[in-house]
Amino acid sequence: MSEKWNITLKVSRQKEGETPHFDEYKMEVDPDEYVLDAVERVWAFMDRTVCFRHACHHSTCGACGMRVNNVEKLTCITSIRDMCQDGGTLKVEPLRNFPVISDLAVDMGSLYNRLEAVGARSVLPVPEAEIEKPASTWDPADQQYIRLADCIECGLCISACPSAATSSGYLGPAVLAGAQANGLKRNPELLQLVDAEDGVWRCHSAFECSAVCPSLVDPARRIMNLRTQVFTERFSRLFHKA
Amino acid sequence: MEKPSPDKFWTWFNPVGRETGGWAFILNRVTALGLTFYLYLHLVILSQLATGPQAYDQFVALMRNPISISAEVLVVAAGIMHGLNGIRIVLTTFGFGVTRQKQLFYGLMALALVIILFFTVRMFTA
Ligand code: SF4
Repeated sequence: MSEKWNITLKVSRQKEGETPHFDEYKMEVDPDEYVLDAVERVWAFMDRTVCFRHACHHSTCGACGMRVNNVEKLTCITSIRDMCQDGGTLKVEPLRNFPVISDLAVDMGSLYNRLEAVGARSVLPVPEAEIEKPASTWDPADQQYIRLADCIECGLCISACPSAATSSGYLGPAVLAGAQANGLKRNPELLQLVDAEDGVWRCHSAFECSAVCPSLVDPARRIMNLRTQVFTERFSRLFHKA
Repeated sequence: MEKPSPDKFWTWFNPVGRETGGWAFILNRVTALGLTFYLYLHLVILSQLATGPQAYDQFVALMRNPISISAEVLVVAAGIMHGLNGIRIVLTTFGFGVTRQKQLFYGLMALALVIILFFTVRMFTA
């Protein structure tokens, strides 16, 4: 028989024009269920007005990002056991740095538009998707195969980034990571966009993006690498006329 | 994206749910603000000293008391932590220690502690 815990799910509620507040729902859960299961249970059996985003339930769509007990999590792969204990409270809030549409659902439009602006690829040659091993260790023959990019566009990195909290124009970790993956050598037109106040230089090295990224994109490392690419590109332009 | 607002400024200093890099970020902001405030204070005090020898003597006497020395130690500590944290940022920007940024931060802060202790002893015993 599966283990049972009694928990309180504390959900941030905010409909248009309202100031946010929390509603509490007591429920019995299997601690190995995921946080998203608990939120769905509220919607299914307790309160049909709770609004949240979700789709695939297996960390591919990137829709169910929320703040769970103050930390950005992809709720479909975050087990309740990892976030609280029997008799404890699970607090769920919407992602930061995006406008709240309703309760736990935020408007991710700015992220998608910026990813498009840097030409972030959703599909790329296998060796360029670094999730399994570094690009240099792949056989060049594997270049012919393609796979989905590592970034699932969940926005957790934007929510966790303290710099994004104070500049709405900041491109943000996922977008800069997308630009880095494209490379300035291959896409020199990106230089102007990323070598800017709200580009790579807005990052203040808090590394929070990499800490919360559920897909091993490691945006902070990519931002640092993009800075090196910016230096190299600027330096080489000193000697070559455009 | 959501517009920045004054109350979001405090999110810079909110340590809840932060990781090592976040702590380093907060420390850099706090020490930067402290050092900026000190610079302002320093200029105000310097302008007071220009009023004559009596003001100068009074100020030197004031700076000898333990509370003033403790405040000076805080300034030195802020300068050392801010400087070494800045070195972490420069190193990672150039691609050094990016995958070891936590260890880099702890190592530099351990070094900061040793230097701060050295200056604390020197300043209280001078
Ligand atoms: S970089 Fe990571 S955290 Fe950011 S949107 Fe992509 S998958 Fe999510």
